[in-house]
Amino acid sequence: MSEVRDDRQYTETHEWILDNGDGTYTMGISDHAQALLGDMVYVELPSEGDEASAEDEFCVVESVKAASGVYAPTDLEVLETNEVLDDEPELVNSSCYDDGWLVKFKSDGIDGLMDAKTYAETLD
Amino acid sequence: MKHTPLYQAHIDAGGKMVDFGGWEMPLNYGSQIQEHHQVRNDVGMFDVSHMTTVDFKGAEAKNFLQTLIANDVAKLKDAGKALYSCMLNKTGGVVDDLIVYYQDDEYYRMVINAGTTEKDIAWINAQVEGFDVVVEPKLDLAMIAVQGPNARQKVYEAIPGVEDVAGELKPFNSASLGGLFIARTGYTGEDGFEIMLPEKSAEFTWKMLMGVGVKPCGLGARDTLRLEAGMSLYGSEMNEEISPLEAALTWTVDLTNEDRRFVGRDALETLRDKGANNTVVGLVLEGKGVIRDHQRVVTNNGEGEVTSGTFSPTMNKAIALASVPKGSEGLCEIEMRNKMVSAKIVKPPFVRNGKVLV
Repeated sequence: MSEVRDDRQYTETHEWILDNGDGTYTMGISDHAQALLGDMVYVELPSEGDEASAEDEFCVVESVKAASGVYAPTDLEVLETNEVLDDEPELVNSSCYDDGWLVKFKSDGIDGLMDAKTYAETLD
Repeated sequence: MKHTPLYQAHIDAGGKMVDFGGWEMPLNYGSQIQEHHQVRNDVGMFDVSHMTTVDFKGAEAKNFLQTLIANDVAKLKDAGKALYSCMLNKTGGVVDDLIVYYQDDEYYRMVINAGTTEKDIAWINAQVEGFDVVVEPKLDLAMIAVQGPNARQKVYEAIPGVEDVAGELKPFNSASLGGLFIARTGYTGEDGFEIMLPEKSAEFTWKMLMGVGVKPCGLGARDTLRLEAGMSLYGSEMNEEISPLEAALTWTVDLTNEDRRFVGRDALETLRDKGANNTVVGLVLEGKGVIRDHQRVVTNNGEGEVTSGTFSPTMNKAIALASVPKGSEGLCEIEMRNKMVSAKIVKPPFVRNGKVLV
């Protein structure tokens, strides 16, 4: 079974979002998503300061099997990206909720996310 | 979905099962990349029981195969010797690619692809009319490919008696041991054996191989290994509309014997005389990313298309086979996700026997 962490929220497109409590958020892809995609070989990240509108594809994770877009959950501005993934994209597989995070961003708030329990139910 | 005799063994080993042309097969058992390295560096095994073995027996078996396929089985003189070829339709397109193993002039064994089996058998049965040949699809045979630099040694350890009959086999040769048919062939660019065996013995043999440390590998690794080895995949590099002359498979066509009028020969000769427009080349991506099937390629000589694209675990770079205009060379551009990315045109294989060649 895939792991779903209680401390964060989820999108229908299998991204997780962690509210850092100061108007900033950290984002990655869920355990379910990384398992579906398989071995990651390349992660294309935005640049610091980039802005994205809700539902924009603003990152791409590529596994041996397929490329998959990562979508902005709201209007946002990118604060920081996980540059370690440039050399170690496999962290998205081995540690999707910790070392394999993708971006930190700021936004005015996010609507319509699922809590962990609701997200877990969608995976059944 | 159809299951091979090793289905339960895959489930037990944690295989991630997927639909592969109607067969429920393991894509990987955890990490496709680890399985890839396992074969390049040591040894791994694949269940390829979904592929089909067909025996041809009868007084005219040799004549018939000389008509059916584009390579010439007259080259095969020693029992067990193997030959790679395509069988063609009348327009020179590829009905399937295959390996023929010679037993004697009245007995040949052929291995064809899984996804094309029904079509192939119908095609063969239509061609065989009038020949004194019996076509026997051996649907009750399983097949295990054990591949890697240590593959042969591990097979000798796992299966008693194999070393006695197969220890001296040269590449592209085969031998039999009771119900086992052991061929020194494969689809990975590494040494190893492909073993055909009765389905009842498949699980036992698989477990014996696991017992000496041979790790199961899935179809995901099989595809990255064959692509690194520059080997064609039916349906990708060639199909019923693409002839061997347009797929860098001219070496599998033998036009030497003018009297051998195999199916598709007329069309191939016409194409040869006017010159084929396209060929298949290798591509190595210069930057980051992964090349995917069907991406557009722009070369110095015009436009083409990626036929098989992937990420090469051995080279740590994206690689591809692509159909491009003849004479394409140097650098080209691939349209990847709305961006043009530079790639180098190379002659496959990319990797053989653990070594990067491009």
